[in-house]
Amino acid sequence: MRAALIGACLLLFAGPVAAVQPDEVLDDPVLEERARELSKGLRCLVCRNESIDESNAGLARDLRLLVRERLVAGDTDEELIDYVVDRYGEYVLLNPPASGSTLLLWGAPLALLLLGAGVATAHITRQRRAVPDGLSDAEEARVRELLKAED
Amino acid sequence: MIIELGHFALILAFAVAIAQTVVPLVGAHYRWSGWMAMASPAATIQVLLVGFSFAALTYAFVTSDFSLRLVVLNSHTDKPMLYKISGVWGNHEGSLLLWVLILALFGAAAAWFGQQLPETLRARVLGVQASVGVAFYAFILFTSNPFERLAFPPFNGEDLNPLLQDPGLAFHPPFLYLGYVGLSMAFSFAVAALLEGRVDAAWGRWVRPWTLAAWLFLTIGIALGSWWAYYELGWGGFWFWDPVENASFMPWLIAAALLHSAIVVEKREALKAWTILLAILAFGFSLVGTFIVRSGVLTSVHAFANDPERGVYILAILAIFTGGALLLYAVRAPVMQAKGVFGVVSRESALVANNLLLAVSCFVVFIGTIWPLVAEVAFDRKLSVGPPFFNAAFTPFVIALAALLPLGSILPWKRGGGAHWGKLVPVAVLSVAVAGLIWAMQTGQSLGGPLGVALGVWLVVGAGVDLATRTGRGSVGDRLRRLTRLPGADWGKALAHGGLGITIFGVAGLTAWEQEKIEIMAVGDRMELGRYEVVLEDVSRVQGPNYISTMARMHVYEGGRDIGVLIPEKRIYPVAQMPTTEAGIDNGFLRDVYAVIGDPQQGGGWAVRVYIKPFANWIWGGAIIMALGGLVSLGDRRYRVAGGARRKAPVAGVPAE
Repeated sequence: MRAALIGACLLLFAGPVAAVQPDEVLDDPVLEERARELSKGLRCLVCRNESIDESNAGLARDLRLLVRERLVAGDTDEELIDYVVDRYGEYVLLNPPASGSTLLLWGAPLALLLLGAGVATAHITRQRRAVPDGLSDAEEARVRELLKAED
Repeated sequence: MIIELGHFALILAFAVAIAQTVVPLVGAHYRWSGWMAMASPAATIQVLLVGFSFAALTYAFVTSDFSLRLVVLNSHTDKPMLYKISGVWGNHEGSLLLWVLILALFGAAAAWFGQQLPETLRARVLGVQASVGVAFYAFILFTSNPFERLAFPPFNGEDLNPLLQDPGLAFHPPFLYLGYVGLSMAFSFAVAALLEGRVDAAWGRWVRPWTLAAWLFLTIGIALGSWWAYYELGWGGFWFWDPVENASFMPWLIAAALLHSAIVVEKREALKAWTILLAILAFGFSLVGTFIVRSGVLTSVHAFANDPERGVYILAILAIFTGGALLLYAVRAPVMQAKGVFGVVSRESALVANNLLLAVSCFVVFIGTIWPLVAEVAFDRKLSVGPPFFNAAFTPFVIALAALLPLGSILPWKRGGGAHWGKLVPVAVLSVAVAGLIWAMQTGQSLGGPLGVALGVWLVVGAGVDLATRTGRGSVGDRLRRLTRLPGADWGKALAHGGLGITIFGVAGLTAWEQEKIEIMAVGDRMELGRYEVVLEDVSRVQGPNYISTMARMHVYEGGRDIGVLIPEKRIYPVAQMPTTEAGIDNGFLRDVYAVIGDPQQGGGWAVRVYIKPFANWIWGGAIIMALGGLVSLGDRRYRVAGGARRKAPVAGVPAE
């Protein structure tokens, strides 16, 4: 009875569990390496924030196979990316291309860094000027007076 | 009955928190001692009430009281006891109850240990702390009541999400919450200081231990989560730049900045306004994190309980507290006059650079996390921001920070000059030499590995040199004796900075030199990977307490020598209808051998993946050392002895001499 139950469960939940399957791996190690690298930058569309390289979903497997098919057919990396984006939209890219409004995404941190550096430099130099180095004229005079008194 | 008492205690705690907000704040405004004195006992009563409420919920989970909706949804009689208890906070309602418990605990701790605080400051701190509590009590009681009963209790529960049934993850949320909520103390101190209109060295000395404690809990919490992801998710990733991970990482970065700038306030009475701002932002990012996790606005692999309506409520809390505090800041910050003046090349300047890099790197994480939302709403573009972006945009900040760290930390206060950097020249030479050697050895791979090695050596040895300079001059014996008597803060600093170096090295090493192989293996097959050989000896079905496991047994050989057995599993939790993977890992000092068993294949055999993960444990080892550094620093004498003592205010600016 228990064995039957376990069997039924296994049948029920059998489905792809590991990410890249052995039967997907290309014979050419160089192409396979490229496929893995490219897969890491492509989103599994039905998952929450996983690349197709990590995902267990069926759709991710289809996309992995597609990537390998195109690479075997001789696509360059750019051609492949264009091909995938044409079919699935830019949502599929985990690294949004720096164009149009996405420039803001890349530019904003840089702008903040420069702004921050500017403010920090200004602050450091200003606070130094706020209190003059050394003694003021009045203090100099007082020191001289005191030294004279010593003599 | 106990459940109803727990519910009632929570309502009472809500009422006490309201009183604790209003009475001491009004009292502090009018200088009424009696009103202010109410804050401390109220804080104690509050923590007792929430504590009882939390205990009542825990009791319901432990006894599997299925008349409680929350227990039905998240528990099962077959579940091991550890996970019955961790199930209390493994869900939205219970985790919020844990949140307010920790909030009340921190408030009470401030009341108990803050006896020497000036009367008005203490009343204000406790009042502000209670006001945060009020918002969260209302949130729980009105939208997420954990004590809801069912009219018709079922015979058994629906089990906890199997991914959460793991020792690493059982303690991950409490540590994160201790961190998140610990930052509420820094927030309360900041707002209280703005209300007081004064920030001095004593204030810095008060804020720093709380921030340090929060930061060290966050460090442990994040490390636990990362370690869990490594062995549980099945491919040995340790960081995914997932919105929920980012949610905990942002407060960590700001808290790191804050605990550095608070030193400047404490030692030099400079950077006051900036430190206040950081304290507000640190807790603000904790609330942003809570919003991200609880609202489900940003989808993520492990937001396990979310609901847009609750998100709106948290957004309101975020807007009121952060917005209100920032408004108060804008009005009152100009009052904060800096007293200490420092040179361009000084430790103060170095800490400003540290703060700038940490704050902007936090902004990188923030903008990357929310960008998909912004792009969709503002530009009507549906796009993703994932690990490739974060790796490219965040890494430069880590490199810059690590490169500057030893240079800055060896500088003296006020005025340094390049002379002090002479001691670091040999360290720099060593780092570059070791990295060069590694680069020559690995041939034709990326620069990431050698760079990580260089930064690791630079930070670890740099921290050692920094510590050595603290022992002054004299014979080796004298200096060793002085080394043992150095204050906790010095040791803590060296440990934390060294730990950071170890973590950076671990991340770089693992990323650069990982090896992986995926094959179909039948029982008896061998797989070769690098110097290692893995033999699949057996695959069996095993019945666990509340799961069924496909358990493989593999022997690992290194150069023909038997070094151990790996037992990877694939589990199925029938009640929750979810599969999980348990990797088989042979932990080593220099590398992990990491094996995962996949599906049975049509032509017989199993899909097996084996990884060699070099220096994996250094990542979490470094994090533990960092946290340890925080702990040692927390034990510094000056927090116990001089905690409440006030320095006499110097008359005017102290010139940089």
